[in-house]
Parts: sequence; C-alpha cells; structure tokens
Amino acid sequence: MSDLRPATAGPIGDDVRSDCHVAYEPGDEALKLEIASKVDYLFSEAIEAAIRRVANGLGVTTGRLEVVDRGALEWVLMARAETCLRSAGAHGSAALPVEHPNCHTPRVRERLRRSRLYLPGNRPKLMLSAGLYGADGLILDLEDSVTPADKDAARILVRNALISLDWGASERMVRVNQGDAGLEDLRRIAHHNPHVVLLPKVEDPLQVRRAADFLRETVGDRAPFLMPILESPLGIHRAYEIAAADDLVVALTLGLEDLSAEVGAPRTEAGWESFTARQTTVYAARAAGVQPIASVFSDISDEAALARYVQRERGLGFDGVGCIHPRQIPAVHAEMSPTEAEAEKAIRIVRASRDAERRGLGAVAVGSKMVDPPVVKQAFRTVELAVAGGVLDTDWDDESA
Amino acid sequence: MSVQLDRNAAGRMVPTKVNGRESVPFAGVGGHRPSGRKAAPAIASCIDYPDDGDKRVGSIAEALEKVGLADGMVVSSHHHLRNGDAVANLVFDAAADLGRRDLMWFPSASFPVHANQIPHLDNGVIHHIEGSMNGPLGAYCSAGKMRGLGVLRSHGGRWQAIQDGEVHIDVAVIAAPTADAFGNATGDRGPAGCGLLGFALADSVYAEKVIVVTDNLVPFPCLPWQIQGNNVDVVVEIDSIGDPAKIVSGTTKITQSPDRRRIAELAARFCAEAGIMKPGFSFQAGAGGTTLAFALYLRDLMRSAGVTSRFARGGSNKYMVEMLEEGLIEHILDGQTFDLDAVQSIRENPRHVNTSPFTSYNFHGKGNFASMVDVAVLGATEVDLEFNGNVVTHSDGRLLHGIGGWQNCLTARCSMLLVPSFRDRIPVIVNEVTTLCGPGELIDVVVTERGIAINPRRQDLLDAVAGSDLPINTIHDLKAELDQICGVPQKVPKSDQPIAVVKWVDGTIIDTVWRVG
Repeated sequence: MSDLRPATAGPIGDDVRSDCHVAYEPGDEALKLEIASKVDYLFSEAIEAAIRRVANGLGVTTGRLEVVDRGALEWVLMARAETCLRSAGAHGSAALPVEHPNCHTPRVRERLRRSRLYLPGNRPKLMLSAGLYGADGLILDLEDSVTPADKDAARILVRNALISLDWGASERMVRVNQGDAGLEDLRRIAHHNPHVVLLPKVEDPLQVRRAADFLRETVGDRAPFLMPILESPLGIHRAYEIAAADDLVVALTLGLEDLSAEVGAPRTEAGWESFTARQTTVYAARAAGVQPIASVFSDISDEAALARYVQRERGLGFDGVGCIHPRQIPAVHAEMSPTEAEAEKAIRIVRASRDAERRGLGAVAVGSKMVDPPVVKQAFRTVELAVAGGVLDTDWDDESA
Repeated sequence: MSVQLDRNAAGRMVPTKVNGRESVPFAGVGGHRPSGRKAAPAIASCIDYPDDGDKRVGSIAEALEKVGLADGMVVSSHHHLRNGDAVANLVFDAAADLGRRDLMWFPSASFPVHANQIPHLDNGVIHHIEGSMNGPLGAYCSAGKMRGLGVLRSHGGRWQAIQDGEVHIDVAVIAAPTADAFGNATGDRGPAGCGLLGFALADSVYAEKVIVVTDNLVPFPCLPWQIQGNNVDVVVEIDSIGDPAKIVSGTTKITQSPDRRRIAELAARFCAEAGIMKPGFSFQAGAGGTTLAFALYLRDLMRSAGVTSRFARGGSNKYMVEMLEEGLIEHILDGQTFDLDAVQSIRENPRHVNTSPFTSYNFHGKGNFASMVDVAVLGATEVDLEFNGNVVTHSDGRLLHGIGGWQNCLTARCSMLLVPSFRDRIPVIVNEVTTLCGPGELIDVVVTERGIAINPRRQDLLDAVAGSDLPINTIHDLKAELDQICGVPQKVPKSDQPIAVVKWVDGTIIDTVWRVG
C-alpha cells in the first residue's frame, strides 16, 4: 500500500464529545493502531476491532493509524476511520457498522409531515438522541450545515447514521447538495433506506427528474421519495412543474432565507415579502397532489413567535414546518393540530361520509347541508391530525362502531 | 501497607480501620444505631472572654495561635462560599507558615479552588482530608497520593459524625459574609453574601475552638445571627473572604440541552401522573441543570392543575423564588442559595427559611425534614440494575463528586434519579455501580431521556402510572437498549488499594474507593 498518503479525519480538541479524530501515516510495517480514548477502560477492545474492520475492508494493511477518541459510538468511529483512509487514497468497500433494529422500516407516501428537524450532517453528538423527540421527520443535512471540506466526511457519517442510528418513529430524511455533488450524495446514501431526499434550490423540473431517474436506476422500486425545495424566484415561478415532475415527489417546500436574499426583501416576522411565494407553493403542491411544507423558523428562543408563525403557515394551507431545535417540535405539533371544534366538525363529516357509503348514497350530507368530496377528504385529514396532536383520543371512533 | 477488609451487608469489601479508628461495616438500611452520649467540647466560661465582647485578633495566623492549633489537629471549614472560597486556603497557608503538620482537614465540601491544598498535602501540613474531593483534589486522592484515607460523608453524615464523636473538631473556621466582633455571623448579606451558613452550624456548637473570619464587620449586634457569637472564640477581619462571582451566580440559566430538558419534563410529568403532585405536596430540587429544569416543568403543571406546594426544599434559585412569590410554593426550607435572587429572598421573605443539615438530614436528629418530602429529584454518575446509585466516582473509579445531601434525600417518599442513559459512550445504567453510595431499596425511580424505570419494590408507583402515555420501561430494558447503542462494556479491573471510604448516613462504611492509575 505504498501509494497511500498521510490523511486525517474528524475533530480534535478537549471540547470534542461523542466524536473522534483519526490520522493515518503510510509505512511498510504491518498496520499499527494507536488508540487514545476517554472510554478505553470500557471499550478498548471494541474500538480496536471496529477500526480494524474498516481498515481491512479498505485493504489497508500497513502504516500507522492514530485514533483520539472522545467517546464516539462505534458507527461514528467507523465513519471517521473510513473517511481518513479514503482520503489517504484507499479504495474498496469499507465495513459497515451494526444495523439498528429499525433501519429497514419502510417508507410511507401518505404520512404526517408536521415537523421536520434539521441536523447538521457532520455533527454526531446532535444526532444521538434525535429519534426521541417525536419529530415527524429528521433531516440529516449534507448541504448548508456542512463545509465544503467536510462533505465527504458527512456523507460517510450520514450513511452510517442511516444504518445504525435510532431514528425513533421519525421519517428518515436527508438533504443533499445541489448539482453533481448532490448526485454523489445520492450514490452514497441511496442503498441505506432514506425515506425522503430533500433537493435544494430546485428551479427546473429536470433537476427533480434527474434525481428520480438516478435513484430508480440505483435502488429500483426502493427509491426514496423526493421533497424539492424552492429557494429562488425562478423556482417559485415553476412551482407546479417541479411538484408534478415525478411520482417520487411527495412534498414541496420552500427556503425563505435564500429566497428573501434573492428577491432583495429581508425576511420579516409578518412575512409579506414572501406571501405570494408561500401561497404559490401551497397551490402548486395541492394541484400536483403533494404536501405543501413551510420553511424553517429559526429563532429558537421566541416560542410565542414560533406559535404565531405555525398558525399563520397552517392558515395558508401548509401541512408542516421546519425546525432547528427539538424544543420547537411540541409547539409545532400543538399549533398544527385542529381545535376541538374543528375536530368535532370533522368527525361529523367523517361519520356522515361512512353513513352515506353504507347506504349507497352518492352525496354526503351533514344535517341539511350537502358536503363536497374535497371537504370530506379534508375532514379525514383533520381527524388524523387531531389524533396525532392529542386533540382527539385514539379511540374517538369506538362509539360509532 | 496491608489493609484489613471486611465484607459489608451490601457485599462490598470495606476497611475495618479508617485513619486509626475502628469502623463499622454497612449493616443494611436501618441496621446500625450508635449509642452512648453525644460528643461535646470542653466547658468554657465567659469570664475567660472579653467583657466588651470584642474577640478580634489581627490575622488568621494569630487566631490559629490563640486557639492553640497543634500538630495533628482536626481543622474544619465549610463550602457555603463554594468555588469562590478564599478562607480554607488562607487557613492552611497560615498553618504552614506557623510550621504546623499532619492536620486533618474536615471540610463540608471542597471545590476546585481548593487545589491550593495540594502542596500542603505534599509537604505534610495536611495529613489527609475527610470531606468531598472533586477536580484536582479528587485526582490527587484517586492516584493514591494522600497519606490517610479520604472519608466521604453526606451533609447529614457529617453532622452524625460530629455528634456521635466519630470526628472531634479541634478548630472550626467559619467564613462569615457578615459578622460582629462578638462572633455573631450571617450569610444573607455582605459583599460575599451566600445566603446561609447551615453547614457550619454543627461545627460552631461541637468544635473545641471556633474562629469566625469576615470581610464585613458590623457593629454588634449582627442581625440575624445564623451563627451565635456565644459559641465563638475569636474573630478575624480580612480584606476578602472570597470572590462573589464564584459564590453565587448573577443569573441562573436553564439548560438548553434537549436531552436534559426531556429528562426534566418526563420527571415532572411523572410526578403529576403518579399523583405525587397533589395539593399541599412537597418537593426537593437541586440547582443542577436537569433538576432546575424539572422545577420549571413542575411549575407549569402545578399552574395548569391549580396545585400549590406546602413547602419546597432548596438549593434555591431565582425560579424557586418566583414560584414562592407567585404562591405556587408556600414555603422554601432552604439549605443553600445559588443565585442573587435567592440570597435576596432569604434575606427579605419570611416564607423563605434558613435550614441546616440538622433540621433536614441528621441521622441523630429526632426525625428530619428529608424523609417528610414527597419527592426529591437527584443526579447520579451511575445506577445499576438493582437501582443502587453512585454519585462519587466516575465509571473508571476516579473520585468525581461529593455526596452532598444526596444520600439523605433518598429517604424522601419518592426519590428520583434524573440521569442521561449514557454520557458520550459511557453507560450510566450499569450491571453494578462502581461505588455504592445509595442502596437500591431507597431509590424509587430512574428517569432517562430514553424512558422511566420504576423500582419493582414500588408497586404503588407502577400502578399509579399504568395506562399513562409516559415511556415506562424496566431498568433491564433500558440497559439492553444501551448495550445496543454503546456496545457491551468490558469489565473494569479494580486495584486493591483503598484510597477513600464512603460512609452511609449512620456512620457505617457502605463502600470503598480504590486507587486508579
């Protein structure tokens, strides 16, 4: 392996936690590991075995590997070691970490997407408990939160997270980069059951089709769903074409930070500068039969403003919003839930609809008023949201049996 | 040096002799009851003290000479100035200047600022420490560098040891934020105001000689007097007894850690769902990040349920004070004040009351407050499958924390440990705790970010939350989940050299701390 070069991966320093640093030095001697770990008294053997599995997989048998571990879990250690050795020039298929029991949970097209929590793709510490917070979706981000130099490290880390991390009941989402970097992201994660891939700054339906075709070629009918993000005036302008570009699209969202910058109108709490963009996104998504999802709310300390924001976006027709801190999630779910009065009205419509179906009637009536099919469909959704948000008990339907 | 060991009732090997004294192995909860007469200092007579009440001398060294500090004596200090304390360091610096040797330091707790004592341990001024050892002192002791054995006691256990004569204090030095020349002293005002002086109360009554050191001398009478001048031999005025910024914090901030907040919220919801949070209930919450957040979640639940608490036990802070002022808490029975709002409150609000380990924790008291509290929330470094808790050592065996009031609070009607399930890769739920500090029979609930485990001995609590949507798990399930996340840890070898012992609240030895490295 004399063609390898020196390389390093992962952060180093006293304040690093749940992560590790790996350095490789080529040499002719048999591969030597030097491991300094704050958890060596508990895991020295496991750490050495994991690092060796990665090195063997990549065919690295000589040189010196130095690991400075600050309590990284095994899948993190393995990701850092793989990043280091690949950057040293090693090729081949690295050993993968142990699968989490839930890593094969299948994706579901129709599901609640009220909240999605963004997590930086190269920060393992923030991922470890993310599955506990009840977000409808977790997004491991390979784009804006990862520096260009760290893209490859993040791809490997996110792949390992798709295999080993406990995602709880959250939808498994990844935001990829734009352009060719984005295709490389897809190539690296597609086999590991991402449920939804977020495509940034989409301005052309071809971008969606390109990703969709690539995913179908790579993993066939296990291809993840897509959520295009509109972040430019052009993207908004072509919102419907983008939403309808491919069957894999399940939701359409927008990024107000970039959009505001491009429009030249700073983002305000009132949001008038983006009103048309937001409403256009809702209309385009509904027209294409996919979910409209609102932008993130980035002031984590202002809970009242978050509540107002969610109410407003829900009022525009959005089905969910983006979060950047777990504490936003309960507030988002509460505000995305229907009121009790709305829920009760929806129950009356749902029951009337079932009643009409049972009796073979074409039209649904509540009292003396006829109810149109879109209203019936919306009532079913309202009931589902009310149950998810705790407004209705899960057994609300028992008495109708 | 070979040490005679004996297996105690918890199955732990403990020394039969500690620093030359015979010791009693832990005999089970409630299994030991010292007898005899309480210890007492020699009789003093007022005619030996100045009629005008002015007991001042010019310096700490002069004070130590005046009270007759001799080689081998026991010198006590207290931790109400926390990491801002200057006095304990000045005392041993002065003792060193006087050429004294082999002193035993008996602090109610030590802080990183007390790394100052390490040279005094090295050069023989201090023989050993009986009190909590954290940070640099913990590392020093863990490495086996101290001549005697460390003895770790709870706040209540310290009182017990003083009262039943296990430790006889020769010289107590009390840092006083405000005092008069007679020795009356208070902590609730002055530039180094810390709230209260309860940790020094036993020393003021039972020590042979008592020195009060202040940087805020007021004309007699110093009111209120938390320490009575009638117990004091000598008063010393110095420029500064400590760094106010490190004594209390200006503002107490709530943790932003989502895991800690989740743990706190689950614990508060548990109290509500289990029916603990009922009208007139009582609780104890400390100032750690998680327990502080617990109080805030509890506050919200109390508000929406219209429930008030008859009393809360501190450590108090701004948020407890707000609950007191809002009427959600009727009384705070306080052991420590952690921020400026709490210091002001204890000074001005008659419903915010000064307590001590005597009222709350003392094994030789005729009852104490801790066992009357409905729920106490505490931290831990480890908890095992039998619900045993460790609060003094890291899982590699290094001394990390003192016991504080932790053991004493376990007697609450419901004691809850609020802990992350793992820190970095280090599991907090383990097969067997590294150091046993609290027997599992007294630990009722373990709350982690991954779920709540209820001690199977508490069927009443299990029944109370059955059917709730709280994530109730068995401790075995939580452990299995950790094995999946962290991997199964190797067994950590222990050395055979004791460096400290952990006392149970009754004075028996519940476990040994072994040398590391």
